[in-house]
Amino acid sequence: MTSSGSSVNQTAGLPRRFAAGQLKPDSAETQDQKNAMRVLVIEDDKETALFLQKSLKENGHTADLAGDGEAGFALASDGAYDVLIVDRMLPRLDGLSVIKSLRAEGNRTPVLILSALGEVDDRVKGLRAGGDDYLTKPYAYSELLARVEALGRRTAPEEQQTRYTVGDLVLDRLSHRVTRSGEHILLQPREYRLLEYLMQHAGQVVTRTMLLEHVWDYHFDPQTNVIDVHVSRLRAKIDKNFDKPLLHTVRGAGYTIRDGPT
Amino acid sequence: MTAPLERVAKAASTTVFGLSAAAVAFFLFAAAIVVGFLFWQTNNLLTHQVLGVLNAEARILASEMSVGGRAKLAETVGAMSRLQGAGLYYLADDHGVKIAGNLNRVPPELTDDPHGGVFSYQPAGDNSGAAHLAVAIPVDLGADVRLIVGRDIEDQRTFADSIRLAFLLGFGILSIAGLLGGLAVSRLILNRMDAITATSRSIMQGDLSQRIPTSGGNGELDALAQNLNEMLDRIEGLMSGLREVSDNIAHDLKTPLNRLRNAAEAALRDPRGGDAYREGLERTIEKSDELIKTFNALLLIARLEAGPLEDSVEAFDLGRFVEDVAELYTPAAEEAGFALAIEAEHGVLIRANRQLIGQAVANLIDNAIKYSRGGEPGSAITVRAYREGGQPAISVGDHGPGIAEGDRERALKRFIRLEASRTQPGTGLGLSLVAAVARLHHGEVRLEDNQPGLKVVVLLSRTCLIAGSDAGEGDVRAGIAAQ
Repeated sequence: MTSSGSSVNQTAGLPRRFAAGQLKPDSAETQDQKNAMRVLVIEDDKETALFLQKSLKENGHTADLAGDGEAGFALASDGAYDVLIVDRMLPRLDGLSVIKSLRAEGNRTPVLILSALGEVDDRVKGLRAGGDDYLTKPYAYSELLARVEALGRRTAPEEQQTRYTVGDLVLDRLSHRVTRSGEHILLQPREYRLLEYLMQHAGQVVTRTMLLEHVWDYHFDPQTNVIDVHVSRLRAKIDKNFDKPLLHTVRGAGYTIRDGPT
Repeated sequence: MTAPLERVAKAASTTVFGLSAAAVAFFLFAAAIVVGFLFWQTNNLLTHQVLGVLNAEARILASEMSVGGRAKLAETVGAMSRLQGAGLYYLADDHGVKIAGNLNRVPPELTDDPHGGVFSYQPAGDNSGAAHLAVAIPVDLGADVRLIVGRDIEDQRTFADSIRLAFLLGFGILSIAGLLGGLAVSRLILNRMDAITATSRSIMQGDLSQRIPTSGGNGELDALAQNLNEMLDRIEGLMSGLREVSDNIAHDLKTPLNRLRNAAEAALRDPRGGDAYREGLERTIEKSDELIKTFNALLLIARLEAGPLEDSVEAFDLGRFVEDVAELYTPAAEEAGFALAIEAEHGVLIRANRQLIGQAVANLIDNAIKYSRGGEPGSAITVRAYREGGQPAISVGDHGPGIAEGDRERALKRFIRLEASRTQPGTGLGLSLVAAVARLHHGEVRLEDNQPGLKVVVLLSRTCLIAGSDAGEGDVRAGIAAQ
């Protein structure tokens, strides 16, 4: 059931497209250029596909479209894409078969599955077929973008990075110590995990659902915005006594941690 | 109506009839063995008796011969031959000339046999022409005489014949009665089966209210009929559930859809232009998100009620998990002004759908926070995970206004929002989803009085509990190191 678990396995085979230092905040200016991704959208609904293409372009990415499973598989097997967005129900060859075939021939491009089937066991089936993330229709575009960017910028296996740095905030994964400007910050275990995940995706937008899935490993609807309270408690600890805030709320999307202009 | 002949033919072609015919055949075979054995034994006994008498007579005649010589023997044989009895005698000299006796010649069947045996002869007094059956033995009295002593066994043969006839008659009657019985039984069963077939046919045509008639007994057929009826009840329940879902979709999704449409229209008409459009669109997205939530909850409930989910069951510690989920809500509860008290018994290992149990606990805590607002401020919400009589249990209690006893049953139904809670945000599906999750785990949901407030108890089936999960003493909550 844990998508985070399977994600780690999938990442292990990824080419190290980005250097580990890429997450450092001083590269913020060049990030947009550097992080422009090539995305393949395999989706049979033309309107949805065109909407995704247009929206991704607005966010600085390029997107190719494929209208059915076979065409999508042919395009994807070149391996020239950073992320694949695959609809589950496709004509000719269904989404899960496309992913299975790609994985069978050694293609490890991260895949985000889009599906109208979103209940408990469907997600498990999708991830088992080789998908890296699963998003249920209808979704918010901001959610999709955040997930695509998180998938596309996945770096080398997580255990190789032992320190995350954002500005003067440092998280040491070996000693589990968090310091800001050299000052030790005491965090609860859950707050530590929350910060770790945010810093792992520094500069990217992380949605509430992503936090719930990866920090808590919950794939259910919490009914209310419970995550917000946790984030604001974390913010109180890392930002309150410092001039420059690092943890930002992105309206209508989620949160991001970065050292740059607000 | 089918013609009676056709009915019989149909009954004869049934499995039941085949089985009863086989049973009758087997019974007859066994009876034939038993009767045959009896017959053979009786015959043996009688033959033995006759031989005994013959041997005794032979000894007497031999002693006559040794005392009085051939003349005395001839006299005695002559006297015995004249007696009206079953004894048969033949005495001849060494040239084969008959001296005395009631047999006229040596029976041809015995000429070569030194031990005697069975033969047939024509009795002197009987003119009916029917040969009688007899047994005889030769008596060795030296070379100059030849004596044969015999006995008529016609009576024995008649007895044997009548017994044989009785047996044949008996077998015939048994076979016919057995086959008729089989036919009757198979017709009886056929009638019951026809009732089942007719019922299922009318169900296939869409009338789900039909039930198979039962005779009220405890037989297998009644058990079968009862099981089928229960299955039909379940199917009917599912069908009406489905109908209910579509009714609810129609009722409870159309209203918010309409509101969404109204909001969009109002924004379009707003003379302020740009900003108003933006606000209107944001409201539209907000409202459609709510709709999606309701829709998802509805689908999930329908999915859960349709039956077990495919391989999504995992083993985990219920206590730790509930504690975990409750901690997710602790800050939110505190923000709302309530303390969340967690009393989770560690080591309650269960096999269940973790995400669904999580959803249920989340719904309960969310409800508790929502409805506590109507109660005394600052009161505690108690979340517990424990074992109740061998069943894994979760309970969430608040000190809000609670639910009146009469309304509790209704509160578990879909879309029921009791009058007091209508102003609260939410889908109105929270508790029915919890009930569906409990049912999926063969458990139940109980609503109790928390004095004051509401206490919801979710009981899972004891089969969810992993055997021997009593361990877990001295569980220390792991800190950061647990990551």
